[in-house]
Amino acid sequence: MTVSIFRKKFLLALSVIGLVSSAGPVFAEDISGAGATFPHPIYAKWAEDYKKETGIGLNYQAIGSGGGIKQIKANTVTFGASDKPLTVDEMKDDGLIQWPMVIGGVVPVVNVKGIRAGEMVLDGKTLADIYLGDVKFWDDPALAKLNPKLKLPHEPVVQVYRADGSGTTFLFTHYLASVNGNFEQKIGSDASVQWPSGIGAKGNEGVANMAFRTEGAIGYVEYAYAVENNLVTTKMVNKDGKIVAPEFAAFQAAAANANWNAAPGFYLILTDQPGAKSWPITGASFILMHKEPVDAKASKQALDFFAWAYKNGADSAKALNYVSMPASVIALAKKSWDQINVKE
Amino acid sequence: MSLSVDHRFGEGGLVPPLSFRKTGLSVDAYVKNASLFCAVLIVGLVAAMLVVLAYAAAPTFQTFGFSFFTTNVWNPVTDHYGAVSAIYGTVVTSFLALLMALPVGFGIAFFLVELAPPSFVRPLRIAIELLAGIPSIVFGFWGLFVLAPLFQSSIQPFLIDHLGGMPLVGGLFAGPAFGVGLLTASCILAIMVLPFLAAFLTDVFNTVSPLLKESAYAIGATRWEVMRSIVVPSTGASVMGGIMLALGRALGETMAVTFVIGNAHRLSASLLAPGTTISASIANEFNEATNALHTSSLLALGLTLFAITFVILACGKGLVLMLERGKGA
Repeated sequence: MTVSIFRKKFLLALSVIGLVSSAGPVFAEDISGAGATFPHPIYAKWAEDYKKETGIGLNYQAIGSGGGIKQIKANTVTFGASDKPLTVDEMKDDGLIQWPMVIGGVVPVVNVKGIRAGEMVLDGKTLADIYLGDVKFWDDPALAKLNPKLKLPHEPVVQVYRADGSGTTFLFTHYLASVNGNFEQKIGSDASVQWPSGIGAKGNEGVANMAFRTEGAIGYVEYAYAVENNLVTTKMVNKDGKIVAPEFAAFQAAAANANWNAAPGFYLILTDQPGAKSWPITGASFILMHKEPVDAKASKQALDFFAWAYKNGADSAKALNYVSMPASVIALAKKSWDQINVKE
Repeated sequence: MSLSVDHRFGEGGLVPPLSFRKTGLSVDAYVKNASLFCAVLIVGLVAAMLVVLAYAAAPTFQTFGFSFFTTNVWNPVTDHYGAVSAIYGTVVTSFLALLMALPVGFGIAFFLVELAPPSFVRPLRIAIELLAGIPSIVFGFWGLFVLAPLFQSSIQPFLIDHLGGMPLVGGLFAGPAFGVGLLTASCILAIMVLPFLAAFLTDVFNTVSPLLKESAYAIGATRWEVMRSIVVPSTGASVMGGIMLALGRALGETMAVTFVIGNAHRLSASLLAPGTTISASIANEFNEATNALHTSSLLALGLTLFAITFVILACGKGLVLMLERGKGA
């Protein structure tokens, strides 16, 4: 008798398992992606709103831009995300396409006695000289010339940089290398570089903390982290020679002036853009997908999500200090999706 | 239905079933084989790790050869890697940590074994065990938020002012006070290996035969004399082994060090300057190393750490053997 009850239960359990697994494909599966940490907050917000509307979730692992590129190349995720765009050749090798999803800004933050947020002005060349270790004290003539009204202390400069590889570092060094030949020659630009002086901290929050706690420090973080931690941001002199403050409008101006039409494969880095109001260290975060995906259906789902985000995501992006893409760029990006084979 | 409960193990549940007793020998064989398997598994794991690391690190050694260990450069832009600064940082922080932790650990053990009233021993041991149980990331945060600012505002300026100008050692305490750096990392490491050392030394000192100690007391030896002439000499080999294990722990510690060492691939004579260690470099950079040679070089660093740890443990074992032989003679 026991045996028969047990067997019945067992069979029931088996059939339940079978039912669930066979019913699996009927339910929507989550979209899977991995990559850049910088757009993670906004992707998470979009995913939450999208799930409410459609019931389809997004599983995004913020493992860093380099990790995102690795994962999409290895085909373990449906899309990868990177702050550093791939070149046309790099994409061709792996049959990938990319497009920009959101735009954000990198801002210098300082911790100098008596200096409050928005008071100090820096230009690209001086900022590069600081990170080269050539400007050693805060009362350096170059800094004094940029800030005639400020009383700068004779304090050593402590450069704080990202110890982990990062899209933020890529944007920052890309800008410094493009405005300072010496920096380009000695350091160059990449997700991690060999800094001649200063201290390294892990992650945006690490740099924010280190800059906050170390007297005489200068660091660079994504704008959202500077806002969150109430850090002392600086103004910058942009390509047009105008002084701009880091704010949503300045990132937007830089994005608006970018000519995406002339950028094959969307390979465009938004640093040092022209325009009177443009913030000089601005960058887009990119999405990477395979042209011939292994799972066409999953790719279609991912594209649906991105189309939704382009259409409905601007406000939530702004609330988190990200700039959504202009309509012209969205049209271009959507057109590029034709290259993805989503037919089963 | 309750009859289906198995009564074969007898009422106490302690008597093995008849079938097992009959084949007692084969149970022995099973146990023997199982434990052999476990032992082989460890050796196999270590061997597999070595093989995989060596295989993954091969491109680095092919490209740079032995110069990987002699050049002080770590440049992902030009794709040129050398391990000197990481090896230097690893070895220096670990030895400094041990240098700081050993006297304190010895003091704790001496106090616990010879001096402390029994009512004091238990709480102290519990405190040590609690300290040992704190996750390393907590030490890291504490180092970053408490220790580093303290170092920058008072300890490092003091060292720079008072020791920086001295001949010979002056170079060790030169440069601006960053707060983080090799010395700060060493201090964190010292605090982290301290509970381990203290607990280990206490256990070892407790193994000394009371007969020996009481005899010494009987002929009028002081507590310190007993410690120096009876306890330490008779446990020297084990103490050495414990120190080596603590050193091994310090060498591999990652998270806490990453927070306070400054993460700079640079070689600097000053202990106040930022540096890096092997494990900190790997933790920082592995995620984002898209370049094949960069990944390979990080794994080569891992292999190097493996080698360093192995050499140190081997030296420790050698020393222990020498001490034991010396005692026998």
